[in-house]
Amino acid sequence: MLSIRTTLREQRGNAMAQASGLPGVIDRVDERAPRRQTVYVYQAPVRIWHWTTVLCILVLGVTGYLIGSPPPSLSGEASAHYQMGYIRFAHFAAGYVLAIGLVFRFVWAFFGNRWSRQIFVLPVWDRTWIRGLIYELKWYMFLVRDPKKYIGHNPVGHASMFGLVLLLVFMICTGFAMYAEGAGRESWQYAMFGWVFSIFPNSQDVHTWHHLGLWAVVIFVVGHVYAAVREDILSRQSMISAIVSGERVFRDDFRDGFKDRAP
Amino acid sequence: MDAPRETFYDVIRRQGITRRSFVKFCSLTAASLGLGANGAATVAHALETKPRIPVIWMHGLECTCCSESFIRSAHPLVKDVVLSMISLDYDDTIMAAAGHQADAILQETRQKYKGQYILAVEGNPPLNENGMYCIDGGRPFVEKLTEMAADAMAVIAWGACASWGCVQAAKPNPTQAVPIDKVIRDKPIIKVPGCPPIAEVMTGVVGYVVTFGRLPELDRQGRPKMFYSQRIHDKCYRRPHFDAGQFVEAWDDEGARQGHCLYKMGCKGPTTYNACSTTRWNGGVSFPIQSGHGCIGCSEDAFWDKGSFYDRLTNISAFGIEANADQIGMVAAGTVAAGLAVHAGVTAVRRLTDKSGPHGH
Repeated sequence: MLSIRTTLREQRGNAMAQASGLPGVIDRVDERAPRRQTVYVYQAPVRIWHWTTVLCILVLGVTGYLIGSPPPSLSGEASAHYQMGYIRFAHFAAGYVLAIGLVFRFVWAFFGNRWSRQIFVLPVWDRTWIRGLIYELKWYMFLVRDPKKYIGHNPVGHASMFGLVLLLVFMICTGFAMYAEGAGRESWQYAMFGWVFSIFPNSQDVHTWHHLGLWAVVIFVVGHVYAAVREDILSRQSMISAIVSGERVFRDDFRDGFKDRAP
Repeated sequence: MDAPRETFYDVIRRQGITRRSFVKFCSLTAASLGLGANGAATVAHALETKPRIPVIWMHGLECTCCSESFIRSAHPLVKDVVLSMISLDYDDTIMAAAGHQADAILQETRQKYKGQYILAVEGNPPLNENGMYCIDGGRPFVEKLTEMAADAMAVIAWGACASWGCVQAAKPNPTQAVPIDKVIRDKPIIKVPGCPPIAEVMTGVVGYVVTFGRLPELDRQGRPKMFYSQRIHDKCYRRPHFDAGQFVEAWDDEGARQGHCLYKMGCKGPTTYNACSTTRWNGGVSFPIQSGHGCIGCSEDAFWDKGSFYDRLTNISAFGIEANADQIGMVAAGTVAAGLAVHAGVTAVRRLTDKSGPHGH
C-alpha cells in the first residue's frame, strides 16, 4: 500500500499514465484501482488552504451577517466600546487571508499534482467528464445503484468546487471594492477593484449582492459537508480523512461490474 | 450681449465692489474649493484676466429644487456667482425675458459663443412618445437639449435628475426619462448629483470651472472628486457611535435621544457619496443625520428603487416578490438544508432496505 503511494508521489509528474496502473479507481479516463489502496491526492498546501479557507469563511460569514444586522445597541459612552470596529476588523482581516489564500492556491495549481488543478478548470469539452457528471447526478438522484470512485473530485463535486472558486472571486471583488470605499479613491484597492462601481454605480447594490453571496456560500457549505459525509460512507472511498491526511483510501470494488445498472 | 466680453473683475468693480471685498471673496472661494495657500491668488488672477463664461441653464423634467438650493448658496453668495463669476445668460425660471425673447437668447449664445459656453442642465429629458412628456417652447425638451449641448464647451448635470434619472425615472418610468448622459454623448459632463445638490457644492463646481477654465477632476461616475469622493458615513459626526456599536433601534428611543448611529434605521450614509456631513446645509446649519433622520441616499443612482428609506437591507425585486438579501438567503439555505435532510433520509432507508449491496460486510 505504502509502495503504491510512494510510487504515485514520485511519478505524479507523469500525468495520467501512472494512475491508470491502478485498476478499480476511475478518473477522467476511466481507470481502475486494485482492491484497496491509498493515493496521495491532497498535498499539504492544498490541505492548509482548505482549512484556512474554512476558518475564514466561518469568521467572514458570522461577522458579515453582523455587519448587515448588528447586535443590540450598547449603552454608555461611545469611547468605552469598539464593537462594530472589532467585528469589521475581523471581517477585513479574514477577507485578506481568504483572498491571499485563493491567490496562493491558484499559484499552487501550477506546481502541485494534477488534482491540484481540478478546481480551476471545468472540462466541459471532455465527453468522458460529461458522462461522469450525468452518472454522478443520477447517483445523487438514486437512479443508479453504485457510485464511481474518483481519485480527485467526482464531476459533481468538481463542478461545485469550480462554482465556489467563482463565488469566492465574486466575493473578493465586491468585498475589496467596498473596502476601497473606506480606503479612499487613491488606494490600491480602489485602483484594482473600483471597476465594480462601473457595473453597480450605487454602492448599495454592491452591498446587496455581496450579502446574497454570503447566503450562496452558506448553501455551498451545507451541500459540501453533506456530500463529503455521504460519499465517505457510501462511495467506498475516504473523504473527510483525505482532506486531513491528504491520502484517499479506496475500499472494496467488487461491485464495479454492476456500476451502470439501475437499482 | 454685444458689448466686448468683460472680465469678472471689470464687472465686479463696475458694480462698486471694493478691491478688499473682491480679495475676501477670492479667499473664500479658494478655501471652499480646498485649494492651497496660493489658491486665493490664482482665483484672483483668473477673475482679473479671464472673460466671463456664459452659462445656459436649462430645465427638463424636474422640480426646480436644484435652483432653490443654488440660490441659497452662502459661500460664495449666489449673487456673487450670478453677477460676478458667470454670465448667466439664460435660465427660464429666474430670467426676466420670456417666450420668443428668451428663446432668442439661446440661439444668440449658441452662435456667438460656439464651443465656449457652459450648459447647465437641471432635470432630464423623457424619451417616450418622441419626447412629448416635456415640451419646452413648443418643442420636445430633448431636441432643445441636444441642440444646445452640441455647441457647448462642457455640460453640468445638476442634481439626481440630470445625473441619474431620479424620481421620474424610477420604476416603472412611464415617460422613459433618462439621465442626460444618455442623450449627450460627445461632451464632457460633470455630474453633480443630489436631490437637490448642496448649494456650496454647486457654486464650488461653477467656481472651479470659471477659475481654471477646465473641468474639475472627475471620478468613475463623472462626479467632481473634491465633493463626491467620500461617503456621508466616512465623515459623519455620529460615526464613533457606529464603531462603538451604539445604534438607534426605534424612533424616539434612548439611542435616538443620545444621538446614536442611525444605521439600523436604514441610514444610507454608508453607501452615499456626497459632502453633506462636511459642508452641511443652509450655510452649515445642519444636515439630515444631524436632525435625527437617516440619509436617504439622494445623490445615488436609482435611490427611489432601493426599497424603503428605513431598511438597512434593501429590497430585491424578483418574480414580483419583494424581499431582502437575508430573507432570500435564509429561505434558499433552509430549502437546500431541508432538501439534503430528505436526501439523507432516503439514502438511509435505501441502505437499510438494500441487503444485496456491497456494504453488507
